[in-house]
Amino acid sequence: MSVTQRILDFFKKKTSITEELEAKAAVKQEKMGKMTARQRIEALLDDGSFHEYDLFVEHTVEDFGMDKKFLPRDGVITGTGTILGFPVCIYAQDFTVAGGSLGLAHARKITKIMDHAMNLGIPLIGINDSGGARIQEGVNSLAGYGEIFYRNTKASGVIPQISVILGPCAGGAVYSPALTDFVFVVDKISKMFITGPEVIKTVLGEEISMEDLGGARVQAEISGNAHFFANTELECFEQIKKLVTYIPWNNRKKADDFKPMLPKPEFQLSNIIPKDNKESYDVRDVIRAIGDNSDFLEIHEHWASNIVIGFMRMNGATVGVVANQPLVLAGVLDVDSSDKAARFIRFCDSFNIPLLTLVDLPGYLPGVDQEYAGVIRHGAKILYAYSEATVLKMTIILRKAYGGGYIAMCSRHLGADFVFAWPSAEIAVMGPEGAANIIFKKEIESAENPDEMRQLKVQEYTDKFANPYKAASSGYVDAVIGPEETREYILHSMQIGSNKEVVELKKKHGIPPF
Amino acid sequence: MDELKGKIILDDTVYETNLTKKFALRQTYKPETGKEVRAFIPGVIRDVAVTTGSHVKKGDMLLILEAMKMKNRIFSPIDGKVLSVFPQVGDKVAKNQLLVEFE
Repeated sequence: MSVTQRILDFFKKKTSITEELEAKAAVKQEKMGKMTARQRIEALLDDGSFHEYDLFVEHTVEDFGMDKKFLPRDGVITGTGTILGFPVCIYAQDFTVAGGSLGLAHARKITKIMDHAMNLGIPLIGINDSGGARIQEGVNSLAGYGEIFYRNTKASGVIPQISVILGPCAGGAVYSPALTDFVFVVDKISKMFITGPEVIKTVLGEEISMEDLGGARVQAEISGNAHFFANTELECFEQIKKLVTYIPWNNRKKADDFKPMLPKPEFQLSNIIPKDNKESYDVRDVIRAIGDNSDFLEIHEHWASNIVIGFMRMNGATVGVVANQPLVLAGVLDVDSSDKAARFIRFCDSFNIPLLTLVDLPGYLPGVDQEYAGVIRHGAKILYAYSEATVLKMTIILRKAYGGGYIAMCSRHLGADFVFAWPSAEIAVMGPEGAANIIFKKEIESAENPDEMRQLKVQEYTDKFANPYKAASSGYVDAVIGPEETREYILHSMQIGSNKEVVELKKKHGIPPF
Repeated sequence: MDELKGKIILDDTVYETNLTKKFALRQTYKPETGKEVRAFIPGVIRDVAVTTGSHVKKGDMLLILEAMKMKNRIFSPIDGKVLSVFPQVGDKVAKNQLLVEFE
């Protein structure tokens, strides 16, 4: 055979997989309202940047008639490419090939691209659309999952890992996304669960739809498994592109700097906080009034929204923000909000992203359900994460900072590098009403008019303690600043703290209250 | 997603705020009376060893609840007289469903 003929044969062989099968796949996926694996990769990556590997990988299974089955690519596309110029390793499961089921060859393709991402120090993106384990392959299929989980864990904190759920992701398969840093879901397309509706019905007799059990809304709003929720696949890809610009390639690098921009003038810090300290406001307005171009990429927007986390830029540099949200549950810390903040703090710490904490909370949420759900254990995570973090830590106390909540929100005592407070700050062991009722219990009870006396004592406590000056007098607050000065103080802190380095005692790893 | 207006009280202070869906769906705590036996896991009732009016001693078997391919024997937590038995053999029961009530 001539060389020319061999080249022609190669292109024919390649086209039969990439073009002919793609056309069939497009019909199948479209029926389910989904894009094909290939279309997804192309929509996400820069035009023409995708390079595919392991196109000709095949399974070697002979049982159950598998020897007669040709599964192109073994059901997963893997390769490298760029997003807005940022290099990434990527894989996308192909639901139209044996339901995207995971066999050993399929898994080995994924672990190979994961190793590649680790060795090259670039982010990994996994697009999941799979019916689960390939039953015909038995324990080899389980081995495949295990080898993926192992690499997810080894890569954690070394390269950013992004999971995109664009179809079913059930059973053991869900644990790969769960181990990664950011999980994206799309309404009506993503389905995640350990045991599906069928099993639940036969074993337990409970009837529930796939959507209600593990649809995108459930994962984004109730379980917190998903970090980003989108209405369409294309919206989801836009979210990923945006995220990639905020994070570094790996833990040895810093995120790229962008062009410095001023916040938009419609966000003014001086009139966001209401006079009445029992009234709420949207803390995201504060974030937008501080950050470059008033941009804020919120993570976990719909889950545990009593705390707000996400990325902003200050003079072009990425900053991770953690802020109590008075608009929801008065901004309390609880089981979910502690989990949410703690994991984000650890991500920022791993990837050299400075942390900005905005404090306005009345404390931890009381309740039997909270205590039973382990608010002690979960609440401890936020203390652990802040104390452990060695990146630059800046804290601004906007208003309430009461009790345990004050300590938890990156106080000086947990190693904050800079703590600033607005004049509206109230840094105290508890709110004036509660404190007055305890401290002046006797006076109030024995007074002729207890209500009047209570008001008097609440005012007395407020005047004395509900301000930033007690904490400032102890040096726990570095400076009391006007709201309008906030951006300048943060920029200065980042300039001064840009070389922060912490030498830690050697240990294998800490033991956080997981 | 939907906004739920509500109040939360902390240290005698009432805050007007939005509630999360999870907070709004939470169940209020009811102390245990010690007179009820509930399913600790969803499953199927395979045997019922007592009827209304049965006198049982603490540790006597009340039912067998099969779940996750295991037969779980449910024993009486107290000495007492059975007021009512709710499921029959073959019934599927949900988690926390009331199975036996004592007088």
